[in-house]
Amino acid sequence: MRREAPNSLADYGPLLYPAVMLVVFFVVPFSTMIAVSFFKRDPAGFYKTDFVLDNYARFLTTFFGSVLGFSLMLAVLVAICCVAIAFPFTYLLTKCSRKVQTVWLVCLLSVLSLSEVIIGFSWSTLFSRTAGVTNLLVAIGLMSEPQALLPGFGAVLTGMVYQALPYTILVLYPALVRLDPTLLEAARTLGSSPVRAFFNVVTPALRNTLVATLIMVFVFALGSYLLPQILGRPQHWTLSVLITDQAIYQSNMPFAAAMAVFLVLISLALVGLTLLVGRKENAA
Amino acid sequence: MMQNWLRRLYFGVVALFIAAPLVVVLGVSVNQKQDLTFPPKGFSLAWYSQIFTDPEWRSALIASLLLALSSAAIAVSVALPLSWFLWRRKAPWARIFQLLGVAPFILPPVITALGFLTFWATTGFYGQPWTAAISHAIFFVTLPLVTLSLGFASIDNSLVEAASTMGADDRTVARTVVLPLILPYLVSGYAFAFVLSLNEYIIAYMTIGFTMETLPIKIFNALRYGYTPTMAAVSVFFVALAALVFGLIAKFGDIRKLLGAMGSEVR
Repeated sequence: MRREAPNSLADYGPLLYPAVMLVVFFVVPFSTMIAVSFFKRDPAGFYKTDFVLDNYARFLTTFFGSVLGFSLMLAVLVAICCVAIAFPFTYLLTKCSRKVQTVWLVCLLSVLSLSEVIIGFSWSTLFSRTAGVTNLLVAIGLMSEPQALLPGFGAVLTGMVYQALPYTILVLYPALVRLDPTLLEAARTLGSSPVRAFFNVVTPALRNTLVATLIMVFVFALGSYLLPQILGRPQHWTLSVLITDQAIYQSNMPFAAAMAVFLVLISLALVGLTLLVGRKENAA
Repeated sequence: MMQNWLRRLYFGVVALFIAAPLVVVLGVSVNQKQDLTFPPKGFSLAWYSQIFTDPEWRSALIASLLLALSSAAIAVSVALPLSWFLWRRKAPWARIFQLLGVAPFILPPVITALGFLTFWATTGFYGQPWTAAISHAIFFVTLPLVTLSLGFASIDNSLVEAASTMGADDRTVARTVVLPLILPYLVSGYAFAFVLSLNEYIIAYMTIGFTMETLPIKIFNALRYGYTPTMAAVSVFFVALAALVFGLIAKFGDIRKLLGAMGSEVR
């Protein structure tokens, strides 16, 4: 159909309801949150209207600094692990038959949609002393006694990689499906092995995609709030956990809001960077 | 030969990593006694029936289902006119609403959750069940928006033009030509939003966590006070449900195309 510019006010009719919904229930709550981040805490209720910068000043403490540092470090580590596992995997997946691809995609979507609660519970069971993976090692004689592998940093990292891996694969999938097959054919004709062709031709061709994926997985991992609580100790808590904790248990909504605004700024800056990287790739 | 073998090995390791925790949970869920042991001792499906017979688990199940059904419906109702407008009309500034629809999904969920918490607390509706339905709908509106945009883009223009030439007005074209063509995309958008809403924790917790329990909230609360095999049974139930829904989408639509487009939409 030929697309037409809207002529009369009535032509805008269909846009009214979605626009109202998105503005009232996304733009307004978001702005409310920004406003609340400048308010004062009220122990009796939610907050008192005010304009103070105290909530932001609290960022300068060493405690907050260490939580922020840990969150960023953890998210970077998760992003690197996920892309390192997912990139060769997704590449091989796109070379499979349609049927194999479909089965894998259905499984990955199912795991991706799983609640963080369920992922946390599953891994806490797998790492537990009574039902865990160490029982298997005892059974084949590699260990003398079953052990609990949690709480600990390794458990948090494993759980978060598990949560982010399907996401990583599904983000990489479209770029790898569209990869020009003649690139690879040329490399093969010139005599390079498939493994060499993958590292010397496919990887450089998708360098920007890889950077964009790393950033997206990083933002995704920043949002993890339950796994550090279920699988880690308090020193493994991330900024997201701290925000929930302040908002719900310490009933300090203004401070929670200030931290959330800060997290938005970090995420937005990174998403912006992704878009920039993506644009360069399209231009090239 | 060697390469093929390496590929199988790599796929096997990834499959093992993805399946391992679920297999353990499946094993634990059929334990005869209320123990956390694997491999399971004895065999019993009692924990599965408890999801439906125990009043607390059943009310959590019903709350979750109602929330997912209604929020997915609201999400589709917002996404359908918006994606239709973006397809039919040339109005570049309207793209801002598309951006607004995608934004909550890309930001860390705790931010959207806190936004809703402050909003509902300020307006005085904090704790009402319907606030969670609206919150989930806005959070997941991205999914039907992406599938429907793809659906509209894939409509063959000559079909629409043929209908108009034969004298059908806009409304008739929408009802008799466009709607049947985008129906599969509408259904899969609804299904995506439904499954994800069923599993969502933080937004549900921040909006209605103190007045009612959805299944994820119930599992997390149960996790704090020790272990029951019912949690394992519910987890298995959820995995099976998600696999069923996505399996159906794959059977009746092209999931590879759907996912190929989704990735490019996010970027």
